[in-house]
Amino acid sequence: MSKKTLFDKVWDAHVVNTIKNGPQVLYIDKHLIHEVTSPQAFNELEARGIPVFRPNQIVATADHNTPTQNQDQPIKDDLSRKQLEQLSINCEKNNITLYQLGHKYNGIVHVMAPELGFTQPGMTMVCGDSHTSTHGAFGTIAFGIGTSQVAQVFASQCLLLTKPKSLRVTVNGRLKNGVLPKDVILYIISKLGTNSGTGFFCEYAGDVFQNMSMEGRMTVCNMSIEMGARGGMIAPDQTTFNYVKGRAYAPKGKDFEKKVAYWKTLPTDKGATFDKEYTFDAEDIEPMITYGTNPGMGIKISENIPTIKDSSFIKSLEYMNFEAGESLINTQINYVFIGSCTNSRIEDFRVAAQYVKGKQKADNVTAWLVPGSKQVEAQIIEEGLKTVFEQAGFELRQPGCSACLAMNDDKIPQGEYCVSTSNRNFEGRQGQGSRTILASPLVAAATAIAGKIVDVIENIETLEFA
Amino acid sequence: MEKFTTLTSRAIPLDIANVDTDQIIPARFLKATDKKGFGDNLFRDWRYNKEGSENVEFTLNQPKYAGNILVAGDNFGCGSSREHAAWALVGYGFKVIVSSFFADIFKGNALNNGLLPLQVSKNFLQHLMSEINADPKVKLRVDLRNQKISISSSKRFENFEIDAYKKTCLINGYDDIDYLLSKKEMITAFEAKKIY
Repeated sequence: MSKKTLFDKVWDAHVVNTIKNGPQVLYIDKHLIHEVTSPQAFNELEARGIPVFRPNQIVATADHNTPTQNQDQPIKDDLSRKQLEQLSINCEKNNITLYQLGHKYNGIVHVMAPELGFTQPGMTMVCGDSHTSTHGAFGTIAFGIGTSQVAQVFASQCLLLTKPKSLRVTVNGRLKNGVLPKDVILYIISKLGTNSGTGFFCEYAGDVFQNMSMEGRMTVCNMSIEMGARGGMIAPDQTTFNYVKGRAYAPKGKDFEKKVAYWKTLPTDKGATFDKEYTFDAEDIEPMITYGTNPGMGIKISENIPTIKDSSFIKSLEYMNFEAGESLINTQINYVFIGSCTNSRIEDFRVAAQYVKGKQKADNVTAWLVPGSKQVEAQIIEEGLKTVFEQAGFELRQPGCSACLAMNDDKIPQGEYCVSTSNRNFEGRQGQGSRTILASPLVAAATAIAGKIVDVIENIETLEFA
Repeated sequence: MEKFTTLTSRAIPLDIANVDTDQIIPARFLKATDKKGFGDNLFRDWRYNKEGSENVEFTLNQPKYAGNILVAGDNFGCGSSREHAAWALVGYGFKVIVSSFFADIFKGNALNNGLLPLQVSKNFLQHLMSEINADPKVKLRVDLRNQKISISSSKRFENFEIDAYKKTCLINGYDDIDYLLSKKEMITAFEAKKIY
């Protein structure tokens, strides 16, 4: 029998039909929806008189357009309020479970779905959001889709797709203290560029990923799209099974055991080949930051901005008000954001709290901590992290996408730098004229304390970050 | 979906690489629940100055350029999956986007809205940019059936690739929902015998 990759195994098990010389009909197990990319799909179906085919395979949450303060009060912005109301109406009409604002399970779609056990190995999952790649951390084929495709899944629980090519990124070795999963993915993207993965599905392999927690794996897979890959996957193992076990919507008892037996068959066969392979050494990775306007423009904090003679590169540095060849250490930073579907899980706040404990935030810094879900928020309080943050002068807000995309009220002002744990540093991404510097939660916490970019490795002293 | 077969038009150059969907349509304009009006905010933060006046430097605001074809730099449409980007381009009046590379999700979204993402070689793209710069009145001809893009003033042309199924959809104005609904029985049968 031919050797198969993890991706092949999951994909092939979901092919309903193949059009001759054309795409395949791929069955979708779970469809996640939110307020921004679903309304036009519901309209489309209604206009054509088509019912939602499998409402019980759809999970809805409100996250992009929600405020992160006073969530118990009516939303002030008319358009935002109407968009959320529309989601409630659409879900009710079509018998779709909605975890709306204020619900104890509400949160960013890519945080709450794994947390509730909706995300499981071997599944196909889609959502009208490019960071759906997050769920690949479970050995799931998960990817972002457009609204027309949302309508297709509503109508048929399937999509017409051409099978992507395969790519494997292997990182072996031991990560240095203070180097987090976010640094690993920023490092990979800085080496491979923003479109190296376009047309590919990526598998992350090697002991760095094997030794990573599920939270860390989610951070890595989340940013697969930032190198153009539709999705990223990590082979399911005992860490995965332990995470899924006992979650609200995970299989239970004998069912769970049966599933685990199947999930164990999914990892890539020895000798299976990939269309493209890259290998990196864990020892070479250091805490990273970005200096430009796409996630591929990243450097180690200890490095200087490169000098490249290219008009798009020059335009990007002009926007950021940085000079080619300069170091970013000591750059004054007035805004710090810890949150987004990339880094808003409990582990991210534990790391930040560990660094912040007993220190004081710099006076010039406004620091927003935005948990990914109500459950993460509850855990932050329960573990006493909220007290640590408040004593250090940080503001803990309510769950949502927040300042990652400047769609809600949380925006970074014109011209200001924000060291952010989110995923995109595009022009204006965090607010018109805002300048984003992507980093790990540890680097973000250290920036907030110092009020400027610092070489975090020199500052962690005796702290040990797993 | 509107049908697409051929188009002869002038073109607007946007010589910037990695144009992401946040530039095409910023997130603050994604609050609508229908598909209308996004064209007004296409490239909003490049097209208008902070105080709302037109940025005269920006390509769409230069009277010398016109047409239904946008000729853009490498890796067009990267970033967010928002289909609003395709709606904004269509809403503004574009029917074809030419680039040397398209991001996956954007490409699919464009095709699902009758907007042709036409991929050419880097050389041909550069040539197009310089022809348009030299003479903004130059016309391009896009022939989907023969998968050919040509420049009217010179004899230069290039053939382009497109998925055969998507080509049929564009030429006939079909969308994927029609096809998928015709496979309902097959889908239900698949559900009954899933192996996982």
